[in-house]
Amino acid sequence: MLEAHDITVRFDERNVLDRVSITVADGEVVALLGPSGVGKSTLLRVIAGLLVADAGTVSLDGVDITRWASHRRNIGLVFQDEQLFPHLTVAGNVGFGLRMRRTPHPELHRRVQELLALVGLSGFDDRAVGGLSGGEAKRVALARSLAPRPRVLLLDEPLTGLDRDLHDRLATDLAALLRSTGTSALLVTHDRDEAATIADRTIMLAS
Amino acid sequence: MAGRVERDRAALNRLPRWAVPALAALPAGGLALFFAYPVGTLLTRVLRPGSVTDVLRAPGLAGVLWFTVWQAVVSTVLTLVVGFAPAYVLARYRFTGRRAVLAAVTVPFMLPTVVVGAAFVALLPANWHGTARAVVAAHVFFNIAVVVRLLGSMWAVVPEGITAAARTLGASPWHLLRHVVLPLLRPGLWASATVVFLFTFTSFGTVRLLGGPAHATLEVEIARRATQLGDVDGAAVLSVLQLLVLGAVVWWSSRFQRRTAVQLPGARSLRRARSREQRRLVGTVAAVATIVMATPLVVMVSRSFRLGGRWSMAAWRTLGHTEVRPGVSLGVDPLASLFVSLRFAALAALLSVVIGALAALAIGSARRHGRLLDVGLMLPLGTSAVTIGLGILIAFDTAPIDWRAKWWLIPVGHALVATPFVVRALVPVLRAIPAEQRNAAAVLGASPWRAWWAVDVRRISAPLVGAVGLAAAISLGEFGATTFLTRSGRETLPIAIARLLTRAGETPRAQGFALATMLLVATALIIVIAERRVFGEGSVLDARGA
Repeated sequence: MLEAHDITVRFDERNVLDRVSITVADGEVVALLGPSGVGKSTLLRVIAGLLVADAGTVSLDGVDITRWASHRRNIGLVFQDEQLFPHLTVAGNVGFGLRMRRTPHPELHRRVQELLALVGLSGFDDRAVGGLSGGEAKRVALARSLAPRPRVLLLDEPLTGLDRDLHDRLATDLAALLRSTGTSALLVTHDRDEAATIADRTIMLAS
Repeated sequence: MAGRVERDRAALNRLPRWAVPALAALPAGGLALFFAYPVGTLLTRVLRPGSVTDVLRAPGLAGVLWFTVWQAVVSTVLTLVVGFAPAYVLARYRFTGRRAVLAAVTVPFMLPTVVVGAAFVALLPANWHGTARAVVAAHVFFNIAVVVRLLGSMWAVVPEGITAAARTLGASPWHLLRHVVLPLLRPGLWASATVVFLFTFTSFGTVRLLGGPAHATLEVEIARRATQLGDVDGAAVLSVLQLLVLGAVVWWSSRFQRRTAVQLPGARSLRRARSREQRRLVGTVAAVATIVMATPLVVMVSRSFRLGGRWSMAAWRTLGHTEVRPGVSLGVDPLASLFVSLRFAALAALLSVVIGALAALAIGSARRHGRLLDVGLMLPLGTSAVTIGLGILIAFDTAPIDWRAKWWLIPVGHALVATPFVVRALVPVLRAIPAEQRNAAAVLGASPWRAWWAVDVRRISAPLVGAVGLAAAISLGEFGATTFLTRSGRETLPIAIARLLTRAGETPRAQGFALATMLLVATALIIVIAERRVFGEGSVLDARGA
């Protein structure tokens, strides 16, 4: 279970987050809704360890991880703009987290194939990420984050910038994917329909 | 806001505090020992009582100063005038063969000065040799690339809408140029003028080969005093004088450029020539520019195959001989110089790439003091090669550090000249990496070191290969610093070329052209390959517009 407790973040003397608390149970998918500028992404960055909060704690399965570096948390993050590594192939991107965990090669290869199949990109292994379409890039980013089996997956508006059709299709796929892998997830979005499609529970973050 | 956040609060995923100092240690140490210490030694020589006034009262110095200044001014003005049309055509028009013309115009700038000097020795009639005209002609040829690149990059973004607006308001082509285009281009004009002035003011190789004994620039005079007259103090005073002049010009010019800076919103867009006049203009300028730029080099290559008025391979065949006739020494072993140069280039490339990469990574990872190292490493670039050579010569010639006879001083000097270019090739690549890439690596389980390795180090590995070539090319052609450090029997290619070309007799001259041809081919090849690598086309980052 992921618990963020009383998180406060100040930028330039202004409270972006003021004592925000949130919990995500095992296998639960929670959507975080709210207008832009309300600090949704900031909260994700605090949970992922990319940002140090001014106050508050983050704990995972009862262990306080507030001061842990990101790479020790085993919390995945799907970035809004994917942040694929341009110098690596699709397979190189998907296998990155496994390499960081020193996964033996045969298992790494098998897992990468499994993930590519899961997101519908079998056969894309050696493609350069620069040549992917918007939807394909999002799928690769998702596969990359899921590959190391993170304890919790954070999704920062993972479907923005797609046309309506593709958006809806990917939203359904994503919901199925999270269910089938039993991944706990926290999804940031400003789209109510998307939240309803993907999440078990929705939280509104007001300014 | 994200940028601020990264700096102030990403404390959990940072490299340890000692990382940047550890990376910077070798570059900073090398810079201190082989640049700061020699230049410092040079300064203390100058500060001895009486030395300055003695030197400045020396006869002939006024003539040297006057020649240095006027040839630089004339060369600069002529380069701007001659480079104007190709800069315009290459910046504004798309046409078949544009890349080839661009290469023909810009590659000479990256060639060793000795090759350009040799090309003009081959091209110009005998009664031009040893004249100021010859020096100015070679300078214009050499520096047109600066105008095409610097002025061209400004011209490329002058929006067409502005010129169209002026035309609808009744501006004739002349009015358009005078009242709209030139004012917009002024920063580019000043930038090009400054760079060309600095290059021609400190010109060494070209003047050495073409100016003859009557025409010496400050650089040539410094070398003459130090290596021929043994007047090291005098040479030191002159090189400090030159440093002061260069500093003043750079300061004044950057101030002036800031004042005249204009914000141009336009994005770069090339168009096809539409009207008949436009087509004629583009065709003429492209053809003339290519012919003018290629001719000296073609003539030089062909002259290496001519002896006694006939075509002959003799000069090439005898490159391995050290005697003109039995018993008459040539004074230099042409073929051996090639191998000396290759060996030095390999070592200099290795040194400058290792040091340059460490420095670039330190600059890229530093949160605060990166700029200091960045500026420090650029200083050798702003110091003339002759000054660097002289500094090393006088700093390491007595105890405690007596390295006078050490052969490796030459590749170290070359590395000092080449490292700033390596750093300049790598730092922008590192700066262009979004901080989110390191964050993405971190949330995927990469420790700070592994994230740094996977993102930063991996990203510079491709441009690094290009940087090796760039450094090797610089070392192959380096002439100024080598003049001071060279020892008989270990001449590099440029030194051998200069010796051969200043000797009497047709055969040594043809041999000089043959060596210059080899140097030309080697450098041009490296440049073409390296440019692809360093400023590679179709990089993934560009393609995705990141």
